[in-house]
Amino acid sequence: MAIPRFWREIQSRYNLVGTRCGNCGTLDFPPRDVCPKCGRKSVGKMEKVPLSDSGTVVSYTTIHHAPKGFDGTKPYLLAIVELKDGARLTSQIIDCDPADIAIGMPVEATFRKLGQDGASGIIYYGYKFRPSLPATEET
Amino acid sequence: MDVGIVSYGAYVPRYRIAPEEIARVWGADGVALARSLAITRKSVPGPDEDVITISVEAARQAMDRAGIDPQDIGAVYVGSESHPYAVKPTATVVAEAIGATPDLTAADFEFACKAGTAAIQTCMGLVGSGMVKYGMAIGSDTSQGAPGDVLEYSASAGGAAILIGQDPVIAKINATSSCTTDTPDFWRREGAQYPSHGGRFTGEPAYFKHTLRCSSNLFEEMGTEASDYNFAVFHQPNGKFPLRAAKKLGFTEEQVKTGMLVREIGNTYSGAVILGLCAILDDAKPGDRIFMVGYGSGAGSDGFDITVTDGIEKMPQKPAWKVWNQAAKNQEIDYVTYARFRGKIAMPTGA
Ligand SMILES: [Zn+2]
Repeated sequence: MAIPRFWREIQSRYNLVGTRCGNCGTLDFPPRDVCPKCGRKSVGKMEKVPLSDSGTVVSYTTIHHAPKGFDGTKPYLLAIVELKDGARLTSQIIDCDPADIAIGMPVEATFRKLGQDGASGIIYYGYKFRPSLPATEET
Repeated sequence: MDVGIVSYGAYVPRYRIAPEEIARVWGADGVALARSLAITRKSVPGPDEDVITISVEAARQAMDRAGIDPQDIGAVYVGSESHPYAVKPTATVVAEAIGATPDLTAADFEFACKAGTAAIQTCMGLVGSGMVKYGMAIGSDTSQGAPGDVLEYSASAGGAAILIGQDPVIAKINATSSCTTDTPDFWRREGAQYPSHGGRFTGEPAYFKHTLRCSSNLFEEMGTEASDYNFAVFHQPNGKFPLRAAKKLGFTEEQVKTGMLVREIGNTYSGAVILGLCAILDDAKPGDRIFMVGYGSGAGSDGFDITVTDGIEKMPQKPAWKVWNQAAKNQEIDYVTYARFRGKIAMPTGA
């Protein structure tokens, strides 16, 4: 990944900052300059907003043939997550056995290494999701 | 106004490896090693975890508990001996990830296992002098021993964040005291992958000399003795050193056990004594007094005398946050998985 592009995306990758269309209210992630529903009417009205850091699994797949740089972690889970505020994004699901993932499973954002440019290059960080930790005592 | 702890957060990775499993690979006596180190297992970071991710997890937990505006944080300091970058501060990523940027100061600290307590002291000074409203001090490590070296059996991963401020504090820091000498008990040269150590030299002239001196100084300064405290926590490179130091100072095992995580997670270096403090805060009641003394090779000790306030009762708590629950929740891995996670297997692409 190019360093300038990653640097521009730090806010959204670290803290799930998306955009809200000032015309129709739709939330988008990653952030957009133009709302896909409203087109020209949304120009200049796209507002940056922090999105919810929890949601549920909408769909998932297990990756067995990983791209270069991800060989060390395969197999891994990739899922579409719907956040509590309705925005959808694609994320790796961690701390979860591929046998245990299910549609509708509650998940929450964590902060992890996404990759690196070799042994001496920049390290990329950002969100991955894990099964939500219980808010009350497990029995 | 009093300077103290406004909030805290802890993070221990979920993977564990036992001394017996490491010993199996190197043809050593694992049962004897586990007994002599008094460690049942050590924590291992996942392949996508490092000091930066561990620090962010701990700092975010502290922010979730505190409910303060991250823009009020004027300083972020991260103490570690395993920062992912030689140049490019861990603290910059942490500050960004908790929303404290851009108007603050930040830096990484290094002093073997006591860089985190040095960060706490620095934040106390900045808050006490009115230079910043809140300061975030973090101790975090993903330390490694050379394959087969005795350090490999204990060097583990974890971190803790302490938010220092004046209002509202859950625990007041009554005093802090330090001692420092030039003692070559443990070191790592620039560019070297694994540390070197002075073997038996690490005990009496290093760990015990500094820990005991710093503790005695703190007793003297405060006019206290061991029985005045409800809890005590010391740096824990193994399960034996902190108990021996505690006994010499007059503390009972009862006072020490809440902060003694080393048997379950190993030596988390800069994280160790602060994780112990977090475990104590998980359990503490208003009025409880805590005695904390860290140690870092090279060498020095930082001591703290802390009194828990009524504020602790209003502190949000989740079972998943509790340090002992994090320590207990674990997934055992074998040496091959451990070697893969820790980059001990040479990959053709350096991936
Ligand atoms: Zn729209």
